[in-house]
Amino acid sequence: MTERLFEGADWDFHTLQRISDACEEVAMKDLGLDVYPNQIEVITAEQMLDAYSSVGMPLFYKHWSFGKHFAYHEASYRKGLMGLAYEIVINSSPCISYLMEENTATMQTLVIAHAAFGHNHFFKNNYLFKQWTDADGILDYLDFAKKYVMSCEARHGRVEVERTLDAAHALMSHGIDRYPGKKKLDLRAEEKRAGRRRQHEEEVFNDLWRTVPAGKSKSRSAISVERRRKLLGLPQENLLYFLEKSAPRLAPWQRELLRIVRHIAQYFYPQSQTKVMNEGTATYVHYRIMTKLHEQGRLTDGNFLEFLQSHTNVVFQPEFDDRRFSGFNPYALGFSMMQDIERIVTRPEDEDREWFPDIAGKNDVMGVLRDVWANYRDESFIAQYLSPKLMRHFRMFHLHDDPEERAGIRVDAIHDERGFRRVRRELARQHDVGYIDANIEVVDVDLSGDRRLIVHHRVIKGSQLNETDAKRVLQHLADLWTYDVALIEVDANDKVLREYVVSPRPIPAAA
Amino acid sequence: MAIHIIDRRLNPGGKSLENRQRFLRRAKSLVQGAVKKTSQERDIKDVLEGGEVTIPLDGMHEPRFRREGGTRDMVLPGNKKFIEGDYLPRSGQGSAKDSGPGEGDSEDAFRFVLSRDEFVDLFLDDLELPDLAKRKIAQTESEGIQRAGYTTSGSPSNISVSRTVRLALARRIALKRPRKEELEELEAAIAACTDEDERAELVAELEKLKAKSKRIPFIDPLDIRYRRFETVPKPVAQAVMFCLMDVSGSMSEHMKDLAKRFYMLLYVFLKRRYKHVEIVFIRHTDRAEEVDEQTFFYGPASGGTLVSSALQAMHEIVRERFNPADWNIYAAQASDGDNSYSDGELAGMLLTDKILPVCQFFAYLEVGESGGSAFDLSDSSLWTLYERLRGGGAPLSMRKVSERSEIFPVFHDLFQRRETNQEKAAP
Repeated sequence: MTERLFEGADWDFHTLQRISDACEEVAMKDLGLDVYPNQIEVITAEQMLDAYSSVGMPLFYKHWSFGKHFAYHEASYRKGLMGLAYEIVINSSPCISYLMEENTATMQTLVIAHAAFGHNHFFKNNYLFKQWTDADGILDYLDFAKKYVMSCEARHGRVEVERTLDAAHALMSHGIDRYPGKKKLDLRAEEKRAGRRRQHEEEVFNDLWRTVPAGKSKSRSAISVERRRKLLGLPQENLLYFLEKSAPRLAPWQRELLRIVRHIAQYFYPQSQTKVMNEGTATYVHYRIMTKLHEQGRLTDGNFLEFLQSHTNVVFQPEFDDRRFSGFNPYALGFSMMQDIERIVTRPEDEDREWFPDIAGKNDVMGVLRDVWANYRDESFIAQYLSPKLMRHFRMFHLHDDPEERAGIRVDAIHDERGFRRVRRELARQHDVGYIDANIEVVDVDLSGDRRLIVHHRVIKGSQLNETDAKRVLQHLADLWTYDVALIEVDANDKVLREYVVSPRPIPAAA
Repeated sequence: MAIHIIDRRLNPGGKSLENRQRFLRRAKSLVQGAVKKTSQERDIKDVLEGGEVTIPLDGMHEPRFRREGGTRDMVLPGNKKFIEGDYLPRSGQGSAKDSGPGEGDSEDAFRFVLSRDEFVDLFLDDLELPDLAKRKIAQTESEGIQRAGYTTSGSPSNISVSRTVRLALARRIALKRPRKEELEELEAAIAACTDEDERAELVAELEKLKAKSKRIPFIDPLDIRYRRFETVPKPVAQAVMFCLMDVSGSMSEHMKDLAKRFYMLLYVFLKRRYKHVEIVFIRHTDRAEEVDEQTFFYGPASGGTLVSSALQAMHEIVRERFNPADWNIYAAQASDGDNSYSDGELAGMLLTDKILPVCQFFAYLEVGESGGSAFDLSDSSLWTLYERLRGGGAPLSMRKVSERSEIFPVFHDLFQRRETNQEKAAP
């Protein structure tokens, strides 16, 4: 039992196998984790940079923007401004973890525990991921997307495809269904459907239809506004979905491209909502596994110290006036909250019993944590489980910055009895994507008139859109819609703050 | 549950290459501008090194709907002395954070590293050589191998199995070679047969067929075909570059340095267009000699200045070694402009009658002392002479250079695409 997993820093593939077996033993027996099958891949720094530039995915369609990101990362990596991540993990089944070849044996152990068991368990069990992502199908779907984009380029030219993808990327963050209700995403079926759709189009294609004179279309003006909006499914906040279904002059392949971008955006949507939880889970899991391995004597003291050093680096939280401060570190916050829950469950104080009557003193740490990991996202997790003790530990305070206020920035609440709930509510809100992303929806289309698309931005707390960027995005939107687009920024009282109107750019004649 | 461990390190790298090229293509004009700007500040040796360039993000921008301004609420860690209701003074706009690629406003610059090849490509991309017409099929290093159908003889390694089997099949069908199934059928019939006579008949039939299939082999040597390859001479354009330089006492180190930079650029440029580039160094004082590179740039020499001597030397070398029909000839002359007055006539004649007709391109670079703007000085004797020749229609390119930083623009200027030249000239 006390056989060491490895000595020193070197590792080979047998060592990796031993390490992952040992991690698996702890993860399954002691922590009761439930994971997708694991696939661990060792890669070089260059391959890591490659992965960076295509949002971490092992395969992706080709687009210049990924080249730009690659150039950027490469430049900062070469100058030493940026270290590379020790690992990248992909929410797929099997769950793929990339390990850098430079890592020492200790780091590989840490990374395997972190990614292949921590993240993996979270991906498989968290409700958001279950609801929104299809781990079994994602790699096949990306493969399909890559091939589809390639075939579009062959058929319609690179420039045309690039124009559509540019526009779709600009609207990517508004190509997400935020509310479940439709059936679970099944990317394999999606891929098959796309294939069938194309095949059907080709089979029923008959050039004769083009020559049939169009009859007089029914007058649409009779339709009431309400009815029209209902027919178009308005209001609609998923701009890409709306364009895919209703844009009047898009070619079928363009709609398919929008669909691909939309699906990929949807796939990443849960990740942006669970940064704190995801990292917190993975960090907590690797901490538990590493500690256990050390207790069993399978890690030497030296290796364990090496682990502790990089672990403390990862969970370091600079204070607000520190030069290194750039917001809350999701690793630090997540890990502390997980440990705090462990403490509440096993050694609660009176305060905890009052705040968390459900879990205080319940003694089943992993049971409680597994339940938390499955059923919360960052916003609800913080709102529910941030304890007064932790707020005191981080010395949290809430600042309210109203530009109208001459006196300066007001301290609204601090970590005291009066402030706990307000600080916690505010921090939870900061992690609510519904609150962070601009609230933009399509509200109406003037179908009988000039077909102008009308989009609203609901302004929250006076925070309007950046003008240059807004105009550019609208330009893309108009290009896809092919008629004028109006963006109206309205506040909570329906007062119009600002209005943009953009006309589509003429499409240069195909060469 | 088995854990798969896979070594991906040996997978082919450069997965992002395609994306990177797309990005460069898109940003081409911007990157090109940046490359030119960077190259002006560089040493000639480093010009080929690639390196970091900065381009404005405009056009490479990936816009998103972003919110800004308004009332902000934030929760921060590390409270030390604040209590509820305190007011903190605003200190400017706070510290600007590093923005990722593509974020932030359009003024932001985007820095990245270009490889050596990318750099040279971009630097030379909008340049063009004058008159690429001449081509010579050179004898060496230009044999390519090419598939050329099939042949009936060849080495066993070149057997084309599919072709051979196809022919064999055709022959077997044509000659009605009995198939294996037929024989088997017959054998089965014999085994099942009870009648003696019929059996004897069948056996005879079988014997006949067997004999036939022996006569007609499954694969006959006739069927065998070999893949045939042909060596094809590949046209390789070759060029020779003549470097002429005045090394008389009046040429300072700085001037030689300028000339050297120009020659190196020319070399890089030619090298990209021609597979085979030769360089001939001719230095001259009042007499000319062909020398190696080291002597050319650093060897001591002194004496008067007779440009015609160098031109004469070049002419002789061309006649001896570089047949104008086979070679693209480029020449670049660097001088401070001094020449003895008596030499002007001869030099002019040599140039117009002997040299310019065989040259693809002849550039004259007048180098000046650093600091002194070349354009203030009154024209030198050589400049005046060449100016006159040019006025007479001779295809001469000439520029004055006195600073390192001018070499690139001048070089660029000389080799710019023709169309743009015309455009400039038109209004």
